[in-house]
Amino acid sequence: MSDLPGGGLARGLLITLRTLSRRTATQQYPDVQPKLPPRSRGVIGLLEENCTVCMLCARECPDWCIYIDSHKETQTPAIEGGRERQRNVLDRFAIDFSLCMYCGICIDVCPFDALFWAPEFEYSEYDIREMTHEKDRLAEWTRAVPPPPAHDPNGAAG
Amino acid sequence: MSDVLMIGIKVAAVLAAFLTLPLLVGQLEHKAMAHMQGRLGPMYAGGFHGWAQLVADGVKFLQKEAVIPAAADARVFRLAPAVALIPYLLVLVVIPIGPGLVAESLDAGLFFALAVTGVGVVGMLMAAWASANKYSLLGGLRGAAQLLAYELPFVLAAASVAMAAGTLSLVGIVEAWNPWWLLWQAPAMVIFFVAGMAEIRRPPFDMPLADSELVFGYLTEYGGLRFAFMLLAEYAGIVVVCALTTVLFLGGWRGPFLSNELGPLWTILKIFALSFVVIWARVSYPRLREDQLQRLAWQGLVPIALGQLVLTGVVVTVNS
Repeated sequence: MSDLPGGGLARGLLITLRTLSRRTATQQYPDVQPKLPPRSRGVIGLLEENCTVCMLCARECPDWCIYIDSHKETQTPAIEGGRERQRNVLDRFAIDFSLCMYCGICIDVCPFDALFWAPEFEYSEYDIREMTHEKDRLAEWTRAVPPPPAHDPNGAAG
Repeated sequence: MSDVLMIGIKVAAVLAAFLTLPLLVGQLEHKAMAHMQGRLGPMYAGGFHGWAQLVADGVKFLQKEAVIPAAADARVFRLAPAVALIPYLLVLVVIPIGPGLVAESLDAGLFFALAVTGVGVVGMLMAAWASANKYSLLGGLRGAAQLLAYELPFVLAAASVAMAAGTLSLVGIVEAWNPWWLLWQAPAMVIFFVAGMAEIRRPPFDMPLADSELVFGYLTEYGGLRFAFMLLAEYAGIVVVCALTTVLFLGGWRGPFLSNELGPLWTILKIFALSFVVIWARVSYPRLREDQLQRLAWQGLVPIALGQLVLTGVVVTVNS
């Protein structure tokens, strides 16, 4: 068709007309929630019980956006005459999402499964300081993490 | 007394058409352009699919500060939007929308319409010169060159139809119209429509505005209500050019059936169909470069218009 004189002009008109007849791809976001894939990476949640304050996440973070404060506590031995042990207690765990680049290295590097991707994404703020989520807020995000997929029955024997 | 009343009703009707039709075309442009680009367009204003978007825009323009640049020629600068807008209002007066339904049936209606449409360009030149801005001036010069180039095929195409009808009266032209004209006058119709689009500086002929190179051409220094009037002039221009094309080439109020009863409906339908084509062309084509613009006029439209004029003359002479 483009070989005819004016064929290109007709093609241009045809393309716009075809687009007009199709449904638009627009999502009316604030009115209609987007259909995200089940394991979308929206925000990082913390499961505080699993954290051992090993600091691996904070050290691996390329943006240095994870803040961790802790102190050591001495535990009384479980049996009489046993040795006293020390354990780390988490005081502060905060992620500054104004710095975070959502690479997910902290989650991959955590040896104790204390960090998770959650699909929530509506946490914009008017003040940049509000973007630093303390551990109580991070614990809330953990609640939004979908349950892990069921085991593949053919995966591991027994 | 009844004369005064009649005139009052006619003026009110023309004014109502002048204030609503351009807004309807503007809304059609919002929505049609959006869907042609895979978008939705305005969805919130007014609740249902953004029907009140242009009303909201108007209110916004009203609230804005009216700025006049210090170096501008203030009086001309203030007057320009009115000079750009009012000619289109005057053209609507002579356009018949149904049998006997015309505000003022002039014997030289076509001549009046073409002459007054040309005045709108003066408003653009006034805006360009009075703004004291180099971009405005460049836009104005381009607009003047465009007017010179496209006024000629515009008038020649209209002359062809006037020759075919043997009258300059717009009502007379519609009465003399014959479906055969759709074929016979087809080149003139295309030329008239394209030249009309160039005359009102619609994309792809918006070289005088050319927002990517001239900021906004002759409208660069305008804001608020004056800008709104300039914008309204553009959409009123679409209505006028489409109405003139309808009346001259598409048989005005004549439809496939019930021409006398449904006359105004046919006219409005044709005007909006043509307006849709204007919007369609805007979405589909990129802006013509200045030299392409001039070449299209002088090497394309003018020779074809002259050829059409010869053809019309021969056919009319042979028939009589």
